[in-house]
Amino acid sequence: MDFNFTDEQTMLRDSVGRYLSDTYTFDARMTAVNGDSGWNPGVWKAFAEELGILGAPFAEAHGGLGGGAIENMIVMEEIGKALVIEPYLQTVVIGGGFLKAAGGALADAVIPQIIDGSAVIAFAYAEPQGRYNLADLRTTAKKDGAGYVLNGHKAVVYAAPWATHFIVTARTGGSVRERSGVSVFLIPANAAGITRRDYPTVDGARASEVYFENVAIGADTLIGAEGEGLPLVEQVVDEATAAVCAEGSGVVRKLHEGTLDYSRQRKQFGKAIGEFQVLQHRMVDMFMEVEQAVSMTLMATLRLDERDRAKHVSSAKNKISRGARFVGQNAVQIHGGIGISNELAIGHYFKRASMIESQFGDADYHLRRYESLMD
Amino acid sequence: MDLNFSAEDIAFRDEVRTFIADNYPAGLRAKSEEGEELSKEDFLSWHKVLAAKGWAGIAWPVEYGGTGWTSVQRYIFAEESARGDAMRLLPFGLNMVGPVIYTFGTPEQKAKFLPRILSGADWWCQGYSEPGAGSDLANLRTKAERFTGDDGKEYYRVNGQKTWTTLAQHADWIFCLVRTDPTVKPQEGISFLLIDMKTPGITVRPIITLGGEHEVNEVWLEDVIVPVENRVFHENKGWTCAKFLLAHERTGIAGVAASKRGVERIKTIARTEIDSFGDDAQPLLANPFFKRKVAELEIDLTALEFTELRTLAGESSGKGPGPESSLLKIKGTEIQQRITELALEAVGHYGAPYFRGFGEGDNEHPIGPDYAHRAAPTYFNMRKTSIYGGSNEIQRNIIAKMVLGL
Repeated sequence: MDFNFTDEQTMLRDSVGRYLSDTYTFDARMTAVNGDSGWNPGVWKAFAEELGILGAPFAEAHGGLGGGAIENMIVMEEIGKALVIEPYLQTVVIGGGFLKAAGGALADAVIPQIIDGSAVIAFAYAEPQGRYNLADLRTTAKKDGAGYVLNGHKAVVYAAPWATHFIVTARTGGSVRERSGVSVFLIPANAAGITRRDYPTVDGARASEVYFENVAIGADTLIGAEGEGLPLVEQVVDEATAAVCAEGSGVVRKLHEGTLDYSRQRKQFGKAIGEFQVLQHRMVDMFMEVEQAVSMTLMATLRLDERDRAKHVSSAKNKISRGARFVGQNAVQIHGGIGISNELAIGHYFKRASMIESQFGDADYHLRRYESLMD
Repeated sequence: MDLNFSAEDIAFRDEVRTFIADNYPAGLRAKSEEGEELSKEDFLSWHKVLAAKGWAGIAWPVEYGGTGWTSVQRYIFAEESARGDAMRLLPFGLNMVGPVIYTFGTPEQKAKFLPRILSGADWWCQGYSEPGAGSDLANLRTKAERFTGDDGKEYYRVNGQKTWTTLAQHADWIFCLVRTDPTVKPQEGISFLLIDMKTPGITVRPIITLGGEHEVNEVWLEDVIVPVENRVFHENKGWTCAKFLLAHERTGIAGVAASKRGVERIKTIARTEIDSFGDDAQPLLANPFFKRKVAELEIDLTALEFTELRTLAGESSGKGPGPESSLLKIKGTEIQQRITELALEAVGHYGAPYFRGFGEGDNEHPIGPDYAHRAAPTYFNMRKTSIYGGSNEIQRNIIAKMVLGL
């Protein structure tokens, strides 16, 4: 049994953590969040060139660092601690996940662009009616000569306004919620027939409703085999879910630390509120949720390649969704009125924690999936 | 023991129901259904309709222009208001400073302020909380020094800062707790002042909350001159008024009627939204996990409702609101928060888009279904309910001390 990071992994964590704590201050983040473009391309450039983290999970043959899910976990936890809005999850974890699994010419062409920062990928999978069911697809890709014609509406596509590419799930056959007939495409974000409605999200990022109207795409945009994409989608979404658990671990860690600091400073009834036993016990309960979030993230990340991957990811996501709510709500409660003001970082961590609760399925969804996979 | 309303109560209920259906402004109903922020005019429009009908001072005695309704009638009115999606009138004048003035005020204060509170002519806000005095209210520092003016009259000079002042941006008057004697025990040496917001030296600064709303403010008082006749009750005895007001604030804080509507709205959403799981696309309300949470919520709400009814029955037999109102505050606000949690869960992906509400003449349609775009901001905003009015931790302390004798 070895839970130790390698020297390279420790260096990765330290360099990302140091860079973010030095440059990605809360004020700098909010300036980007409130700016016109909603993100900081300079940070993305630094991720690529200064830190090299956009290559963390890719093979050295592609120019990457030769890592995998653990490297993603390390980066995502730091992203959670700093409330980073730039789309590492969408581009590296999800986009990279699909491309690594597909291999071939598309991977050879696009992975180096991810690593050098020139490709930004958004994952257009959810639809207005489908909730968390990955097979609930009304978007269609109809065969047309050598290529396909894409039609449909994708909901709440995070990072879409910044994207150079979309990964799109669509039906090339089968009926809604059927396991077969799902295909995955990587297409340029500026293809003719794509329109977007962009908006901010409550957790400080940007997203879009993305509409595809008779978008002509080549056969070379297909990832994996036509009509057999659902298992790959499930695998990559599980990898992304584990990464979001890592981000959540970072977020709840900061919520807890911030609350401890505040409780030592804030005085009521002549003493620091941290001296009240009822609040001490609450902060102990928060601490236990934080530690278990880290444990579950590690467990799920280490088992992503195993046969019962889905069950382990669902157990982690269920636990972390519940923990994120408990820690987030109590952090605000212990801060009192100041906790619900938009000025302090604590509220923004709470907002991100609240979105993490339901990202790729909420606690109920993952508990039901876990139950369905129990022995 | 009788759970049924009397024939008079039923007739009263029908009268209220009809009046609300016929008179509640339609534009307001649409706004409150979607949880939109309300303008000053929105708040006042329903107030003025009710004032004209003589129904603004719901809990006030008849001699001061109130309805003189029984607690059962007040309960029916709250129930019918929620049923008709009618907003609750703001409490600062009607439920807070008004009762303080008619209980402790001078005849001049009663004559000057009470009719204008009833009619909605004056908008009041509450100056209790300070940066260093939240739940520990007695720790307040805003000081009022007494002096004789050049005109020979007595005044206070007020300096300090109030915070979390709800809707102070609209207010004509603020009622403040101020320290008039710093040398005695914290609860002594406090006075209760009525201050005209137009007085020089008052600055209102917005605090934007998590959902993006401008609902609360900081109020700075710098050399604000207040005539002594604007003090309610004796100098240094303001804590008596403060305690009286807090007990009144806690009644009606359970919000049972509004929570019932909230549960109904969740069910409506969950009949429209589709469950994620399985091959068949069932409504979310058929999802056994979600349904169980709605059921538990309904059961807990029923327990709260009947506990409130028992409290009301106690009040109508002459007992004032006691420490048991802390139970209503704790359970009522927990249920209000769970409703917003479930609503956010119910809307799924469409909880994420941040939509900043419509301005006048702005026709941009929200992202996703109409019921979705306020789910997250409302969830964030409602975290306040377990903090304000004495945090739920403080309410538990009150029950431990006053009810359990610990």
